[in-house]
Amino acid sequence: MLPNPNIDYSELPRALQHMLERSRSKVAEAMPRRSFLKLTGSLGLAVGIFPHMAAAQSTNTDAAAASLKPTEQPSAFVQIAPNGEVTVTINRLEFGQGVQTALPMILAEELDADWSLVRSQLGTNDAAYVDPLFGIHLTGGSNTIKNSFTQYRELGARVRAMLLSAAAARLNVDVSTLRTEAGVVLATGGRKLGYGELAEAAMALPVPQTIALKDPKDFRIIGKPTQRLDAQAKSSGQQSFGIDFKLPGQLTAVVARPPVFGARIASLDDSAARAIKGVKAVLRIPLDRGAEGVTVIADGYWQASQGRDALKVEWDTSAVEKVDSEKQLAQFREIATRPGPRQFDADMAPLETAPLSLEAEFVFPYLAHAAMEPLNCTVRLSDDRAEIWMGSQSAGLDAGAAATVLGLKPEQVVVNVLTSGGGFGRRFSSSSDTAMEACQIAKAAKAAGLDAPVRMLWSREDDMRGGYYRPTHLHRARIGFDKQGNVLAWDHTIVGQSILTGTVFEKFQVKNGIDAATTEGMRNPYPLPMRLTVHHPVVNVPVLWWRSVGSTHTAFVMETLLDDIARATDQDPVSYRMKMFGEEHTRHRDALQLAVDKSGYGSKTLAEGRGWGVAVHESFSSVVAYVVEASVVDGQPKLHRVTAGVHCNLAVNPRTVEAQVQGAAIMGLSTCLAGSEITLKDGVVEQGNFSEYTMARITDVPEFDVNIVPSADAPTGMGEPGLPPLAPAFANAISRLTGKPVRQMPFNLA
Amino acid sequence: MITLNINGSQHEVDADPDMPILWVLRDTLGMTGTKFGCGAALCGACTVHLDGEAVRSCSTPVSAAEGLKITTIEKTTDGSDRVGAAVHAAWVKHDVAQCGYCQSGQIMSATAFLASLPSGSQPTAEEIDAAMEGNICRCGTYVRIRAAIADAASTLV
Ligand code: FES
Ligand code: FES
Repeated sequence: MLPNPNIDYSELPRALQHMLERSRSKVAEAMPRRSFLKLTGSLGLAVGIFPHMAAAQSTNTDAAAASLKPTEQPSAFVQIAPNGEVTVTINRLEFGQGVQTALPMILAEELDADWSLVRSQLGTNDAAYVDPLFGIHLTGGSNTIKNSFTQYRELGARVRAMLLSAAAARLNVDVSTLRTEAGVVLATGGRKLGYGELAEAAMALPVPQTIALKDPKDFRIIGKPTQRLDAQAKSSGQQSFGIDFKLPGQLTAVVARPPVFGARIASLDDSAARAIKGVKAVLRIPLDRGAEGVTVIADGYWQASQGRDALKVEWDTSAVEKVDSEKQLAQFREIATRPGPRQFDADMAPLETAPLSLEAEFVFPYLAHAAMEPLNCTVRLSDDRAEIWMGSQSAGLDAGAAATVLGLKPEQVVVNVLTSGGGFGRRFSSSSDTAMEACQIAKAAKAAGLDAPVRMLWSREDDMRGGYYRPTHLHRARIGFDKQGNVLAWDHTIVGQSILTGTVFEKFQVKNGIDAATTEGMRNPYPLPMRLTVHHPVVNVPVLWWRSVGSTHTAFVMETLLDDIARATDQDPVSYRMKMFGEEHTRHRDALQLAVDKSGYGSKTLAEGRGWGVAVHESFSSVVAYVVEASVVDGQPKLHRVTAGVHCNLAVNPRTVEAQVQGAAIMGLSTCLAGSEITLKDGVVEQGNFSEYTMARITDVPEFDVNIVPSADAPTGMGEPGLPPLAPAFANAISRLTGKPVRQMPFNLA
Repeated sequence: MITLNINGSQHEVDADPDMPILWVLRDTLGMTGTKFGCGAALCGACTVHLDGEAVRSCSTPVSAAEGLKITTIEKTTDGSDRVGAAVHAAWVKHDVAQCGYCQSGQIMSATAFLASLPSGSQPTAEEIDAAMEGNICRCGTYVRIRAAIADAASTLV
């Protein structure tokens, strides 16, 4: 490819300089040196008190106005041992995204902790651990760092202030003569006190009303590429996951679920199952969506699954819709022709007179999250209390759902959040199906006289057939444009199930019959005259957010169609996008420019048979641009090289940002590969295991170069934003090679 | 009763001979470092060594292990095995793990692969990919897996 005439390449280093300056001056405005936070009232809660104290405090309405919120109580988040070890409690699920390292980094920064002595642990459904912005327990939307950055800084700063007060009292000096450094309070004359020596005294002090936060230029932990705190444990089999949790006497349960969502039992013969050695009980239980199932409870998983295999169950599927993927596509096509609610409503008259036009239809399949650790949940039940251990992205909702099933009050249920082997949205079940199923099992077991904690464990097939998929979507577009590539009218229709309808988010996110989780990523930031019509058919397949949610399909549609227009009008795909980003969307520009510069796009000559592909997308407040090299080998698309430009503002742990970009991109790559789809036939999911559902393997994986735009603005999240632009960048490269647009996921070049 | 040699110690287990090694390790003996991913020899999460060779413990009946040495992640990374120690160190150095769930299996496959190479020889990028193709990582840590294996190999010369 020739150098792009619209970009002055000699300007690039200078452009980069400007960019850096701009981000620096922004910080000066955003975070004045020694900004003081005013906190009303004072409170006696101190370091080291147990987390539930914070929750108890929050229910004291008299004190509430004059107190810190539970999410602001150091006692719920920080423990300092006499040997100086600092244990930070995480208000999220750690399932790969690295928050169990990033949040302690943020807190340790303001605490001035010795990083080598920092440890971390996961929390519970205690009120202290809600998302400080949303007020519910939530690991999702890539919002941990975004929403808890200030929270964890303030927590660290408060504890530091308390340690300083304790040291001043101990040394009988004015606090202003003291400073802190790497876990130590330093006084004049070379006197030192370790945090461990001070922690107990600091505990007795009131939490300060005002605290000072550091100037970001003084950060020595935040922003530094840092090894994960769990790297050792996760490289030696020592890390404990939900599936590994074991209580004395614990039994394992598996469930025979109906082949069609929502179906019930017609007849059951469990005599052979009961005869299997190790099987303790076979019980009918109510399941999600009005279904009914059979649980087999045994000494271990093997015995339980042997028991399940021996069940003879006839299912009654007469009352439920039996979805068929092929018929569904025809239905969606028909629905797309109907009028429906509109999100954008530009004038479509220019469509008839536009000099150039294109029409496109896209089909996206159902996708399973397929986290490597199958779903599981352990429940210990007594008359007035339930304790639950699970990898939950929504401990509060799961606790509430458990209380409902068990007939307990919410405060009688504790959910202990355990490290998970992935999740990608599946462990934030909008219906709490995992927790509810485990509680139904525990309840039935207790009623049957089994007095033992029970771990529910899904097989891979249960997981793949168990629903809660990324919904299938049909997109249709008719676009009129001129010879310069200016879009004159863009008529777009989306047909797909609503994820948020019926969930706690419906009232915020579903407006005028349109689910924001379906349309996020459409149009913006491009200034396009679009009319967007949305249909949400109701289908008997449970659907859910799946890493990057709506952007899994909207980014593909937007970024490939814009590339088609650029190609049809002989424009460079980079400058075409840059022109539309204008002066306003600087993060998009900077991310794309960085990827372009590092990739050699426009300057280097590609190997024979390779083509360039470009895509940029903002999701969850971060922008990721990819410039990729791909080819077609024996009719199969092959991705060789990915250069990323990432804008997530301040990167708290650049090493994790790099990993998240690689991981999300590879998950995006999976969706392009043949066999990456969930299909249904006569209501039954056709895929059961990894032989039938493709996920990228090491041989599919390209080389990566991840670059982060320098910035000191308040950080945004990176768990998801690396996913959406990968597939369209890959598709654009393939289209440039073959001359044919890619309109189907997974790719089908036939 | 079946007698098993696991990580150098003898264990008497009362298990159905058809029971996969995976469930004997995890449920019977409480050795949870070895993971359950697919139960069908498709993902490699459950990889252990049988007399030094990588096998999928989810699909290998315990009866097949009688008289052979079973080695699991706990032993391979405890520092006593030269190749395992190099792989473990490289995994930590390159911060390979994300969720970490697949990593026991990845490390067991990588260790068996490097141990199988003629001493002093360095694997090519293609050989590394071919050796690791049976191990799925849904978090997509493959780029660092490649780097860690190449690094471990270079320290074993
Ligand atoms: S669990 Fe054995 S190969 Fe997947
Ligand atoms: S690190 Fe999560 S599956 Fe590999």
